[in-house]
Amino acid sequence: MLEIKNLKVRIQGKEILKGVNLNVNNGEIHAIMGRNGSGKSTLANVIAGRDSYEVIGGDILYNNKSIIEDTPENRALEGIFMSFQYPVIIPGVNNTYFLKAALNAKRKHQGKDELDAVEFLDLIRKNLQIVGMEEKYLHRGVNDGFSGGEKKRNEILQMITLEPNLAILDETDSGLDIDALKIVAEGVNKYRRDDRAIVIITHYQRILRYLEANHVHVLIDGKIAKSGGEELAEALEEKGYGWLDS
Amino acid sequence: MKTQNKTIEEFTSQEYQYGFVTDIEQDTIPPGLDENVIRFISHKKNEPEWLLNWRLKAFKHWQRMDEPKWAKVDYPKIDYQSISYYSAPKDKSDGPKSLDEVDPELIDTYNKLGIPLEEQKMLSGVAVDAVFDSVSIATTFKKDLEKAGVIFCSFSEAVQDHPALVKKYLGSVVPYTDNYFAALNSAVFSDGSFVYIPKGVRCPMELSTYFRINAMNTGQFERTLIIADDQSHVSYLEGCTAPMRDENQLHAAVVELIANKDAEIKYSTVQNWYPGDPKTGKGGIYNFVTKRGICSGSNSKISWTQVETGSAVTWKYPSCILKGDNSIGEFYSVAVANNFQQADTGTKMIHIGKNTNSTIISKGISAGKGQNTYRGEVKVMKNADKARNYSQCDSILIGSECGAHTFPYIDVRNSSAQMEHEASTSNIGEDQLFYCNQRGISIENAVSLIVNGFCKEVFRELPMEFAVEAQKLMEVSLEGSVG
Repeated sequence: MLEIKNLKVRIQGKEILKGVNLNVNNGEIHAIMGRNGSGKSTLANVIAGRDSYEVIGGDILYNNKSIIEDTPENRALEGIFMSFQYPVIIPGVNNTYFLKAALNAKRKHQGKDELDAVEFLDLIRKNLQIVGMEEKYLHRGVNDGFSGGEKKRNEILQMITLEPNLAILDETDSGLDIDALKIVAEGVNKYRRDDRAIVIITHYQRILRYLEANHVHVLIDGKIAKSGGEELAEALEEKGYGWLDS
Repeated sequence: MKTQNKTIEEFTSQEYQYGFVTDIEQDTIPPGLDENVIRFISHKKNEPEWLLNWRLKAFKHWQRMDEPKWAKVDYPKIDYQSISYYSAPKDKSDGPKSLDEVDPELIDTYNKLGIPLEEQKMLSGVAVDAVFDSVSIATTFKKDLEKAGVIFCSFSEAVQDHPALVKKYLGSVVPYTDNYFAALNSAVFSDGSFVYIPKGVRCPMELSTYFRINAMNTGQFERTLIIADDQSHVSYLEGCTAPMRDENQLHAAVVELIANKDAEIKYSTVQNWYPGDPKTGKGGIYNFVTKRGICSGSNSKISWTQVETGSAVTWKYPSCILKGDNSIGEFYSVAVANNFQQADTGTKMIHIGKNTNSTIISKGISAGKGQNTYRGEVKVMKNADKARNYSQCDSILIGSECGAHTFPYIDVRNSSAQMEHEASTSNIGEDQLFYCNQRGISIENAVSLIVNGFCKEVFRELPMEFAVEAQKLMEVSLEGSVG
């Protein structure tokens, strides 16, 4: 589904990714771990198409097509979703309205009819339960006045509503207490399907207790220094990143 | 002066010989302004002596005044002698009795502007008093209104048919001495709308007027007078749009509202005059308007809602004089300044009566090289015990070359007054746009989503069909402002 080839990325003149290779297939969960500043969030943002990041080499293939030149909205409409590390506040824009605009944009892109207000509300109520959110959050501005944990749940709510093919979770687990973490993990598990893939970017091994990652990668200084299975995450938890520095 | 006079005479006599070779025949006097022009206008309209004298007094006063310079707007000097002060569709005397009799080309123009009279009659139940250039040409729903005792007609008709009301109220809220543009309007006003709602009547429909500028070099000097008698209620909608034009055009309207005891007037505007060439700013409309209402009776209420998306320069402060005890004044405003537009707009709330209450919600949107200024004054007089005001002025900036400015003036002379003022300025950030994009929402839709969210408090004050129109206008006005 996702194939990253020798990807090199610069931000404000500084090279952050120095040749990343990654293959993600349908049904897989990949965890990308690493220290602060290792390039994890850059990788997520570049896949999503943020234009402050400059791709200076390599390629990103999604369903066998290069998406480097695609606009962020087109990537989103084609099924790439990013859960933001810092979800953005949009005051005055009703959360329901925002979600509905996003979902209907996607449905339109797929040639489906837009959902009407009643159908949409049914869907959203069901999804709210999955992420353990109260209905009152729907009527607030997007992420406006939300706590850190509520913002992350709202991201997962958007994910399960938009049903992307590829979900990139950029530190969705950070700042969550154990209960919220479980809920988020549960949301992700419900979303998981054979025809979908997930890339989790995280500092900690703990979310992997609730999600079975097929592959764990360690990003060090803009390159994937080591890949393995879940045992790699456990080793990192135990020994830290130091033993991988060479 | 003599030559001028002669030209006018030639012009008026010419009319009978040839008419004019424009698509729609117009009868326009040559540019220039002196007493004779005012006499000509007054004569054309068959006005009574007192009105002519009022115009002449206004003109004399205007000649002694200077154009105001305090607003934060910049435009080339206006040559008032290069403006033509009268233009009207011909054959007014045997004018159309129904839409069928209206020049089909005119109907076509309205259709292009999205104002299908027929459809509006059927679908929205809005009575439309359409102003083409300076004279009303079509009035619908007159009968229903008559049944309720409501008078809704052109200003000229009101002068003929209801002279006592006009004489009593004209200039009572905005005297001709008020300001430069109001004085000019008082001298040369061409036409406009007149509304009278009798005691205890709730106007059975929303009243609406569409203004439009058509003739080259013709200033528009509309005069609107709305009187709501005791316990009455009226909602008036005003919207305007102007076609492409290469020379700046002056629009100096005056609107006066009078709300008697327990009466309520709601006045909504969606203004979309031509803002000028997006690349140079050339050719837009100057919108210098004086709008003021008086809550003269106790428990009365006046509410202004405006969505100002057009014009090259806007100078406009719809205000309320809260004279009656317990009276309420409201001002809800969205002003857009995109490309080279300049807007200096706001309100004045003058608290005179006891327990008077005012609310100001102003939303300024600046994009391109646009400059948006909120200018407002809240004044609490000595006897206005327990007056209250809440003001909220928010600005949003799109891009880095535009500006937002806020000048709130507060003058309180009674210690029991309660004043609240909130202000905020924000940007549409790259992160907000990216967030929307990442959810599949395009840049244009994201801007519209964010801006509409920002304007929500004002839009919800608009009547339904206007709210939809306002959102569309907003999208059109901000097209291409990002990305």
